[in-house]
Amino acid sequence: MAIIEIENLKKSYRVYQKKEGILASLGGLFKREYREIHAVAGIDLQVEQGEFVAFLGPNGAGKTTTLKLLSGVINPSSGSAKVMGFTPWRRENAYRRKFALVMGQKNQLWWDLPANESFRLHQHIYGVDPTEFKRTQDEITELLNVQHLLGQPVRELSLGERMKMELIAALLHRPEVLFLDEPTIGLDVVAQHNIQQFLKHYQQERKITILLTSHYMKDVAALCKRVVIIADGLIQYDGSLEGIVDRFSSDKIITLQLAETESFDDFQNLDDVIEIEPPKVKFRVQRDDVPKLLSRILASRNVEDIIVEDPPLEDVIASAFSQVEQNRSDADSLHAEAVS
Amino acid sequence: MESLGLTVRPVTWWHFFQVSVNERLVYRGDFILGTLMRFLPTLTQIFLWWAIYDSVATNPTAVGDAPDTQIAGFRYGDMVAYYLLVTISRAFSSMPGLSSGIALQVREGEIKKFLIQPVDMLGCLLLQRIAHKLVYYLMATLPFALVFFLCRGFFIDGWPDAEILAVFFVSLILGFLLGFFLEACIGLVSFWFLEVTSLMFIYMLMNFFLSGHMFPLDLLPTDLQILGIGPLNLRIVVDFVPFKYLAYFPAAVFLGKVEGAEMYQGLAVLVFWVMFFIVLSRIMWWRGVKRYSGFGG
Repeated sequence: MAIIEIENLKKSYRVYQKKEGILASLGGLFKREYREIHAVAGIDLQVEQGEFVAFLGPNGAGKTTTLKLLSGVINPSSGSAKVMGFTPWRRENAYRRKFALVMGQKNQLWWDLPANESFRLHQHIYGVDPTEFKRTQDEITELLNVQHLLGQPVRELSLGERMKMELIAALLHRPEVLFLDEPTIGLDVVAQHNIQQFLKHYQQERKITILLTSHYMKDVAALCKRVVIIADGLIQYDGSLEGIVDRFSSDKIITLQLAETESFDDFQNLDDVIEIEPPKVKFRVQRDDVPKLLSRILASRNVEDIIVEDPPLEDVIASAFSQVEQNRSDADSLHAEAVS
Repeated sequence: MESLGLTVRPVTWWHFFQVSVNERLVYRGDFILGTLMRFLPTLTQIFLWWAIYDSVATNPTAVGDAPDTQIAGFRYGDMVAYYLLVTISRAFSSMPGLSSGIALQVREGEIKKFLIQPVDMLGCLLLQRIAHKLVYYLMATLPFALVFFLCRGFFIDGWPDAEILAVFFVSLILGFLLGFFLEACIGLVSFWFLEVTSLMFIYMLMNFFLSGHMFPLDLLPTDLQILGIGPLNLRIVVDFVPFKYLAYFPAAVFLGKVEGAEMYQGLAVLVFWVMFFIVLSRIMWWRGVKRYSGFGG
């Protein structure tokens, strides 16, 4: 049985629509217009025990809302979800002892006290056996290399150090399921790398299930075999990272290095030229056309080197997101026509 | 099912208490000064009343020479003693930062912590507050003792008997609980309105006049004519609202202004208000969380 089962989960809420200007603001005191936001518009997902899944998607796509639903912070409008057999929004203590949510810098730590005091408190709140607690804390602090910071008030720590402490606080009760919302947001490259390495190691060691949202493709590439793209409150893709390219892009990128004698004039007229920087030229070609085109060029030109590659993942995902946007606005205008 | 917060083991609460004490000790610097500052307004009250007693005294000599002059049954010494005692009542019942703290947590989303972790928010806040108050009393004992020693002459009748002292202390403790749960309820309104500053302002204003913080409630008129309504007996009104238990009641007990059956009746009403706000805060928490999680966190 899957550890996380989500069936047709929906969450919509009303937001207050405020018009510009003072008069409109005054009007808002008496009568308010609301707009319905479908943050999660019907998600089906199954995650097996020990998977490390990444949620990708543009801002406002519904990633964080999904994590909030799964950790029981909010109730869904409809649909069902089970995590380890529990319905999250019933907020049973038995469930709350078995998972953790790390949400940016929303701290679980006491600001004025050293982190180890907060950790001790977590030990009591979650009822962790003292020796077990000590072992876990030592192990994780060593992995994250923050032993020397445990006695320092949290407010004096740097952003990266605080994030590490947040992670430790979340892991002390050995959650079986971990939800991470943007764990590396705002951190420098080194701190990002540290946290990635730690998560990777910890997940492999403990075989826990992790759901992560991130904007950093590097996080995702380093950590997750499975990627779920959410846009518009719906799952647009569920599969491997590499698979995204096959699914959302039918292009290849070809880079040719020509002999010095060759002229580049012909290439300037090509539609999909990305850049010309003699002696190199880079252009985009439909995947099916690659062999034909290459053989033609090789026959007519003096080519010194050829690189054929997939377009960069960031670009593919960006275009996938805008594709979704496009489809939606098309659907909206169709809907509008149908109504009128 | 939602946890009542009562299922958590006592040792957890004990540890939470310790952590709160430690947190409070971080800021020991402002204690002594803050405590002495508490008496500053009292000092101005003492001078003001001195002038008032002086002007109503039958033979205009120094107030100390005319100890029989009374206003609403208060001799000058009683009046000063009253303000000193009210400072103690308020050291128990005032909850600086509680409502606004809850509102801030709701607004900033920090309230999530209490939905995710197996621990009860009101329980945590209560323990935190007890810890902070205990630390405060510990640090403030010396300055308080000093002020009371210097002012011992104003307590004309000396110490009250043991029974009255016991009721005095019980009413202080209950006043603490009343203050806590009342202000917690105001803070929890933020689930519906996000901002509770104006509500808090109204509360503080009412508190100022109706709790006896500003003047002994015995001075309130019994036949107030206002807006064509009346006569209104304000003394009866304050008996039915919870405010007087935050300042007036313990002081009045100590000074023998309420005695016997009336005293125990007051204590019973106080217990009722404490229970009322405990239940109300619990209901507000449940409904607030329901609304919060329905709305989108």
